[in-house]
Amino acid sequence: MSTHEQDTKNEPQKRVAGILAEYDSPGSVMHAAEMMRDAGYTKWDVNTPFPVHGMDRAMGIKPTPLGWISFVGGLTGGSLGLLMQWWMNGVDYQLNIAGKPAFTLQTSVPVAYELTILLTAFATLFGMFGLNRLPQLYHWAFHSKRFERVTDDRFFITVDAEDPKFNVEKTSEILEKTHPSHMEIVHEIVETSSGGDGASLAFEALTGISSPLGKSKEH
Amino acid sequence: MSAADKKTGPSSFTIPADHPWNNLWKIFAGVAVAGLAMAGAGAGGDLKRFAHAYLVAFVWGLTIALGCLFFVLVQHVTNAGWSVVVRRVAEQGMSSLPVFGLLFLPLVGLKDHLYGSWMDHARAEADHLIHAKTGYLNFTFWIVRAVVYFGVWAFLAFRLGGLSLQQDTSKDPQLTNKMVATSAVGIPLFALSLTFAGIDWVMSLEPKWYSTMFGVYIFAGAVVSMFATMNLIFSRADSAGLLKNTVTVEHFHDLGKFMFAFTFFWGYIAFSQYMLYWYANIPEETEFFLHRGQHGWELPSWILVFGHFAAPFLLMLSRHAKRTFPAIRQSVAAWILVVHFIDIYWLVMPNVDHHFHFNPLQDIGALLFIAGVLFAVIFRRLLSAPIIPAGDPRLARSLRFENA
Repeated sequence: MSTHEQDTKNEPQKRVAGILAEYDSPGSVMHAAEMMRDAGYTKWDVNTPFPVHGMDRAMGIKPTPLGWISFVGGLTGGSLGLLMQWWMNGVDYQLNIAGKPAFTLQTSVPVAYELTILLTAFATLFGMFGLNRLPQLYHWAFHSKRFERVTDDRFFITVDAEDPKFNVEKTSEILEKTHPSHMEIVHEIVETSSGGDGASLAFEALTGISSPLGKSKEH
Repeated sequence: MSAADKKTGPSSFTIPADHPWNNLWKIFAGVAVAGLAMAGAGAGGDLKRFAHAYLVAFVWGLTIALGCLFFVLVQHVTNAGWSVVVRRVAEQGMSSLPVFGLLFLPLVGLKDHLYGSWMDHARAEADHLIHAKTGYLNFTFWIVRAVVYFGVWAFLAFRLGGLSLQQDTSKDPQLTNKMVATSAVGIPLFALSLTFAGIDWVMSLEPKWYSTMFGVYIFAGAVVSMFATMNLIFSRADSAGLLKNTVTVEHFHDLGKFMFAFTFFWGYIAFSQYMLYWYANIPEETEFFLHRGQHGWELPSWILVFGHFAAPFLLMLSRHAKRTFPAIRQSVAAWILVVHFIDIYWLVMPNVDHHFHFNPLQDIGALLFIAGVLFAVIFRRLLSAPIIPAGDPRLARSLRFENA
């Protein structure tokens, strides 16, 4: 690797992006997550092919504020639904239907109810996206070939190099104690003006082909 | 039998002989006797009104027992794993259904005070709208149907309860298959019998009025009050140290979720019925809400809007109400049993008096009698068998159940 780097000076500069630890079973990754939580890391994650019950507690994840976002969304929807019908039917364009009052609570409930549900659903979905910073097109773990099995039968812990406690030797040592079946230090290309941008990195990560866009810039 | 077997065997979930719960059924039996005395003292004055007050209490208790039957049926047909540890209390709840067959007898005796408008030939023939319905609404057919309903309920309760108790000791997984098959047949039988019982015993009090939502309305009240009962009994059993960490916060969370969901379901269908009648504004339909919107009946009507729907909905909305603060969940559960009574009262009593008059001796007396009998049966039955169906093959799945 080092000789290879010396040979090709035009190769883009690389840096350590994080450490990837691989496990065979949900039980072992859960145990490892507990150890990482107790070690005090903050910028790390667990990646599994399916939801693992109890993982929130093992990772020490705080209760989500999503419920409050949904609640506010619901209140907004209900109020908007009532206000809209009051304005349209009661004020702006009154119609006499069977001699009934122009605006009534009885007839306004179904629409207000549906809008409550709609905006609650929107607030929940987009609130979840926001809290999880989705959609995320690039992650450094995509550089690892082994990481592809995360959608199949392997369980991973990713520790980000940006974690304040991150240190290649020390973090590897801690991860080693969790008995991973495999461990890998993942590098990523440092973004410079001439280097690959986020989009080409994502392209490379997703397809395994280096982006034609990035290449043309290098040469 | 080794020591380990004894620990996980059925005996470890049986209520110990020296536990205070051994006396609970006697207390409830005492409540029933006191209620009977109260109701008896209040009945003499006005037998017609008493018949209605007794019907309110009867339907209140019956719907809780039927809710228990529904719970057991649904858990079996869906092959639910989470609910195994809470199923036994529902099974003991539904085992009270044959007793309600006995409690139905006073209604047969008082039938002329309740259903006179169509059971009485002279009165039925004088009114064309009622006369046209006498093919269905007549005493003979009414009593035959009642026998069928209780037959279906007793059959399902005995069979499902019996097989489950048998499994406690035999641990035979084949019994689960039998219970699932029985439940698959039982679901449509339950739906039809509950719907028509609601029509026969409550809706027919106003024989000219009808609602296609009525069976669902009774069902919604039955299920929400059943979940309230389960919440209360399991919370009490937990405090009494009977559950030994088998029923965890995860199960209570689910019992809370279901109570919340069916609170909303009740509100949803109750409002649907109201809005359609309000909007169509057909005299023979709106009559029902007219009687419940004046002469003092506004109060119970508004209590239902806020007490049966809005307040429990908002209180149980948060995850913390279901998991972190058991006091909220238990208070709402107890309150739901009260508003379920107000709900049935609101369905039945305007038929005897268009003016709202509360008669504590009759109304509370009858309620105490039925509630006393219902809970005396449940707590007596809980002494006879383990409180957890220890032989169920899905028990391990239920014990380690977690909400994501």
